[in-house]
Amino acid sequence: MTYETVMAGFGGQGLLFSGKVLAYAGLLEGRELSWLPSYGPEMRGGTCNCSVIISDEPVGSPIIAHPNVLMVMNEPSLDKFEDAVAPGGTIFVDSSLIARKVRRADVDVVYIPATQMATEMEAASLANMIMLGAIVEKLGCVKSETMLDALKHTISARKANLLDLNLKAVEAGRRFMADSAASPA
Amino acid sequence: MAVVFEKPKALTDAVLHYCPGCTHGIVHRLVAEAIDKLGIEGRTIGIAPVGCSVMAYDYFACDMIEASHGRAPAVATGVKRSLPDSIVFTYQGDGDLASIGLCETVSCACRGENVTVIFINNAIYGMTGGQMAPTSLVGQVTQTSPYGRDPATQGMPIRICELLASLDAPAYLARVAVNSVPNVRKAGQAILKAFRNQVEGKGFSLVEVVSTCPTNWGLTPEKACQWVAEKMIPFYPLGVYRDKDADAAKEAAK
Amino acid sequence: MSEKALMKGNEAIAEAAIRCGCRHYFGYPITPQTEIAAYMAKRMPKIGGTFLQAESEIAAINMVYGCASTGRRAMTSSSSPGVSLKAEGMSYLAGADLPALIVNVQRGGPGLGGIQPSQSDYFFMTRGPGHGDFHIIVLAPATVQEMADLTRLAFELGEKYRMPAMLLADGTMGQMMEPVVLPEEQTDPAEVMKGKPWAVTGTGMKRPHNIINSLYLKPDELEKTNIERFKRYEQLERDETRWEEYLMDDAEICVVSTGITARVSKNAIAECRRRGIKVGMIRPITLFPFPKAPLAKAAEKVKCFITVELNMGQMSEDVELAVRCSKPVAMCNRVGGMIPSTDEVVAAIEKEAK
Repeated sequence: MTYETVMAGFGGQGLLFSGKVLAYAGLLEGRELSWLPSYGPEMRGGTCNCSVIISDEPVGSPIIAHPNVLMVMNEPSLDKFEDAVAPGGTIFVDSSLIARKVRRADVDVVYIPATQMATEMEAASLANMIMLGAIVEKLGCVKSETMLDALKHTISARKANLLDLNLKAVEAGRRFMADSAASPA
Repeated sequence: MAVVFEKPKALTDAVLHYCPGCTHGIVHRLVAEAIDKLGIEGRTIGIAPVGCSVMAYDYFACDMIEASHGRAPAVATGVKRSLPDSIVFTYQGDGDLASIGLCETVSCACRGENVTVIFINNAIYGMTGGQMAPTSLVGQVTQTSPYGRDPATQGMPIRICELLASLDAPAYLARVAVNSVPNVRKAGQAILKAFRNQVEGKGFSLVEVVSTCPTNWGLTPEKACQWVAEKMIPFYPLGVYRDKDADAAKEAAK
Repeated sequence: MSEKALMKGNEAIAEAAIRCGCRHYFGYPITPQTEIAAYMAKRMPKIGGTFLQAESEIAAINMVYGCASTGRRAMTSSSSPGVSLKAEGMSYLAGADLPALIVNVQRGGPGLGGIQPSQSDYFFMTRGPGHGDFHIIVLAPATVQEMADLTRLAFELGEKYRMPAMLLADGTMGQMMEPVVLPEEQTDPAEVMKGKPWAVTGTGMKRPHNIINSLYLKPDELEKTNIERFKRYEQLERDETRWEEYLMDDAEICVVSTGITARVSKNAIAECRRRGIKVGMIRPITLFPFPKAPLAKAAEKVKCFITVELNMGQMSEDVELAVRCSKPVAMCNRVGGMIPSTDEVVAAIEKEAK
């Protein structure tokens, strides 16, 4: 199975980092992978995305034309990538930041009020980790234990004090997903 | 018979290609004497510029590098950072140091690289046949200022020692001349100090040597020396523009 | 064998260089390669090396020239507009027969251009990276692993043939992360100084002075140095040309591509194979020397070539030359920072297959 994941939103939401955690988990599992950021002059506030491929086959192009996993954390990103998603793919929407619903009928959609949940945890900047926890729980693209390991490896020394909070955020995302699977709306 | 005069050991036996009356030979000798006196030839690496002294690599007996036009201070930085115990000097003309390589000069000085820079200011481009230099005097006639340097269109000459003295890092900045025997002696002392500073790890040292170019000035060697005294030195006053040693001594004496 | 690490291409270059014994980096910031400088700034002071942010790209390449003169492994890195400024220095390095590593993580041009990936410096790097008659070794990585491996190769070939070597990547290669196995640490720093009797390290009063120089005022002498240098280039081409062949055994169409576009092409070839089109790829790893022989050999059996590149058609000319125009050479290209999609490359292959 090849997971072609695009994570998109505003700069500053930690999208490149959540992509890196996912990629690192792939590394720990000995999978084939690539991580490619959008890069540009906007360090904060502009649009931002990264593409992560995790596969059992060698990765050809790191550029993803048709993601089968899309994680969006602002509306412009949903507008930009919704149509590109491969049929049967899954879209994870931060519903506290995106008011509208996904229009496609041929994809699976998960709405997570990630930013609101993060704010309630007094960790507003960790909505990305909640989203990531939900993705891994739902798709099993990597094992959740490896992802927690990956998080420990990738968090910068400067933010090491936030490791526990990050782990909690991932856990919150997983629980949200597990709960909603147990009681489908 | 007693030997009263001989060639410094740090010069090779190669015959200099400089024009009759040119002062490059004198300055080469002063540099070589300093190297001999300090006993540093075996660990000295010189950097020759583009200009009349482009072939200086044949004249100095130490290891030598030919640099591209103006880049000697950057090359010197690369050498010094690779071989911190070596003694690195550049030997540059006015076009090289004060025009095309001004950025490298200022940046090297600003970093306080522990190197020695010998700057030959003769107010003209010699090698290419007598064009206006950044240090050419107001009114000076050259091939590219045939009506005399006009400040309105060609700007004013640049004073390098004064310019670099605005920086914090340089350890030693001095302007000397080689147009008379007493001046040559003083120039030798300044050059020796600029090398000794490096041996002692004191930092960036530059000696500006006000020199002649009889050929392109269109003067006899003797008249050229007079021209230095009458025209050059009034605009480029000789003296020490920075001496951290002396400053420290003064401070200590207070 | 070291463990796999997850690194950006730019970081892999920097770490590989350090492990190859490079202790001197001189550079000037420019997107999209600044990670190399940032990495060096962090690491070099901790291992007794030198990181120096130069006043300009011109100064940086001349610091490399000075450092390389002493026999050390010296490097600089930049991106297209900055590499224009290094052209003078590359010519002097070549003229003085000095090995050094120059990294060019290309972005779109000309002028200030953009900051997105490009391969538009192909001509500049393979034809004339400065004034005078000379070449530099040009290596084109297509994976983060190759960013590391070719860094080592660039140092080694540069020293063996006494010439500057360039890692010519595109912005994507610099920015992307992949697992990478880094080269073994070079433990003996004296190792890199071996076989360099020409280095200026001070005579120690034990030998005649060494001179690093590219000035020859006697034309017959200068001619001799040029001819001698081109003999080395011939040997380089004979012994060191590198390329990858992908599904070429039964191929009727041959894609030629490097860097990120070779990656996109692999996806496209896989798709075309599913559709029954016999297509393969020759991916040049050395751009100078260019893999002329395998292309000429391929020309005997394929019906056409397609170059996929991020420029208006530069490598395509080398392919035409290599096959002596015996088969048509089509192009699938995007420029200005755009990258052809897999679908676009598939369409280009299908068009030629008809």
